[in-house]
Amino acid sequence: MSTQSDPGAPVKVRRYSGSARLNHWIMAISFVLLLLSGLSLFHPSLFFLSGFFGGGANVRWLHPWIGLVFATGFFLLFLRFLPANLPERTDFTWLGRIGHVLAGRDEYLPEVGKYNAGQKMVFWSQAILVPILLVTGFGLWTPGLEFAEQTFAFKATMDQKRLAALVHAIAAVTAIVIWIIHIYAAIWVRGTMGAMTRGTVTGGWGWRHHRRWLKDEVADGRVENKKPSPAE
Amino acid sequence: MTSFQPLDVVRKSATVTTAPPPKRDVEVAKLIDVSKCIGCKACQSACLEWNDLKEPVGTNVGVYDNPHDLTPNTWTLMRFTEWENPKSGNLEWLIRKDGCMHCEDPGCLKACPSPGAIVQYANGIVDFQKEHCIGCGYCEKGCPFNIPRISRIDNKAYKCSLCSDRLAIGQQPACAKACPTQAIMFGTKTEMIAQAEKNVGILKSRGFDKAGLYNPPGVGGTHVMYVLHHADQPNLYAGLADNPRISPLIEAWKGVSKYAGMAIIGATALFGALHYLVKGPNEVSGHDEAEAKRLAEGRK
Repeated sequence: MSTQSDPGAPVKVRRYSGSARLNHWIMAISFVLLLLSGLSLFHPSLFFLSGFFGGGANVRWLHPWIGLVFATGFFLLFLRFLPANLPERTDFTWLGRIGHVLAGRDEYLPEVGKYNAGQKMVFWSQAILVPILLVTGFGLWTPGLEFAEQTFAFKATMDQKRLAALVHAIAAVTAIVIWIIHIYAAIWVRGTMGAMTRGTVTGGWGWRHHRRWLKDEVADGRVENKKPSPAE
Repeated sequence: MTSFQPLDVVRKSATVTTAPPPKRDVEVAKLIDVSKCIGCKACQSACLEWNDLKEPVGTNVGVYDNPHDLTPNTWTLMRFTEWENPKSGNLEWLIRKDGCMHCEDPGCLKACPSPGAIVQYANGIVDFQKEHCIGCGYCEKGCPFNIPRISRIDNKAYKCSLCSDRLAIGQQPACAKACPTQAIMFGTKTEMIAQAEKNVGILKSRGFDKAGLYNPPGVGGTHVMYVLHHADQPNLYAGLADNPRISPLIEAWKGVSKYAGMAIIGATALFGALHYLVKGPNEVSGHDEAEAKRLAEGRK
């Protein structure tokens, strides 16, 4: 695969700690469960998905609790990844060259830090959607509404509950679309999955897609400086 | 449990496949002449008894409504309103028997996500099928009359069945049978509309010139209808909806958002698949790895 100037195994660069990956996978698993259970009640032709949970009644009580797990996971991940996701000038240059992005011509893109503008948009859109889904989800959840009434003396009107149902559906569809883009990008950009499975990427991946991040990692001495050993 | 057969069903919740429409039976209707009601609550008792329901003893807060609202056990409820007629200066005691209206276009059925949990029979009855109910409460949101109630004991939705089990064996609903003043009448919808015209005529002759039949067109008409002495102001009768219709929020949720949502999700996935087929994966080259290695080793 790798040709001419490959003098051996590529440099490994650490991208995510164990706790960051655990946080991410709790979210990933709960999101998939939310997607399956939520879609089963969204369209009659998808009701069969409730079979994965042992029927519609299980979906009804389980979905909100999985939602709470996901929301908690997202809150922690939001705090963890916030500093690296702040917008900067380069993001607009990157977005302006979206054609090159889609064509996979990374050499025409500006050097980006840990996250490119696309990844930041995934981050920020979920930062907006998750609270919306959480609040509207409470409005559709009998124990959640009872909690809101006892704790905050807030009693939702029927029209508020109807609005919650509509907004929850729209926000969920948007979140699923972004999730598809997120998954596809991880598959399309080869070498990305290792960041979340083993925590490392190759140096070449960093050089190609996040060069400024790689340079910072090297400059700060976080990349193992492994010269080819004499034995090789 | 009812004795109606699958072929008696004309509409089913959360079911996209369309069965061949069975011939529409004679539509039935319950007609409630509010002006004849004496507020005895025999209908409430008959409903509890026939359907084997028990309502826990509540608290008296100084009103006649007992219990205070519809519950999973109380499928019909007398609602009492004291109203001072500004024209005549009379105090009028308006009593309305509240409960499911059995809409021709049922919002509960439209909102229900569980296939077959709500059905509409060929005779017009809208019935909940307990064994398919998942307790999500969407029917409460779909209903323009605020009728269904979810039990917190078994997490199932409950409402008036129009005694579909009695009807199936040729009996009238329990409430109609128990009513001592014939304020509750039962028959075919055509008969009941004709009966209503007579009753309205009598009310008009007694000076209630705004008397009329409540059979709201916004929900395609109902299979429970009222004769009201003030048909121009249904809202007087404990907040009966003036112009009920399925909320546009529900229509959007169960209509455009469902189809557009599925289409957008599908289109995104399709775009991904096509992009991959046309462009192929974005791979790291050996050159990239070599550059990274040089950077890491501090050469350059």
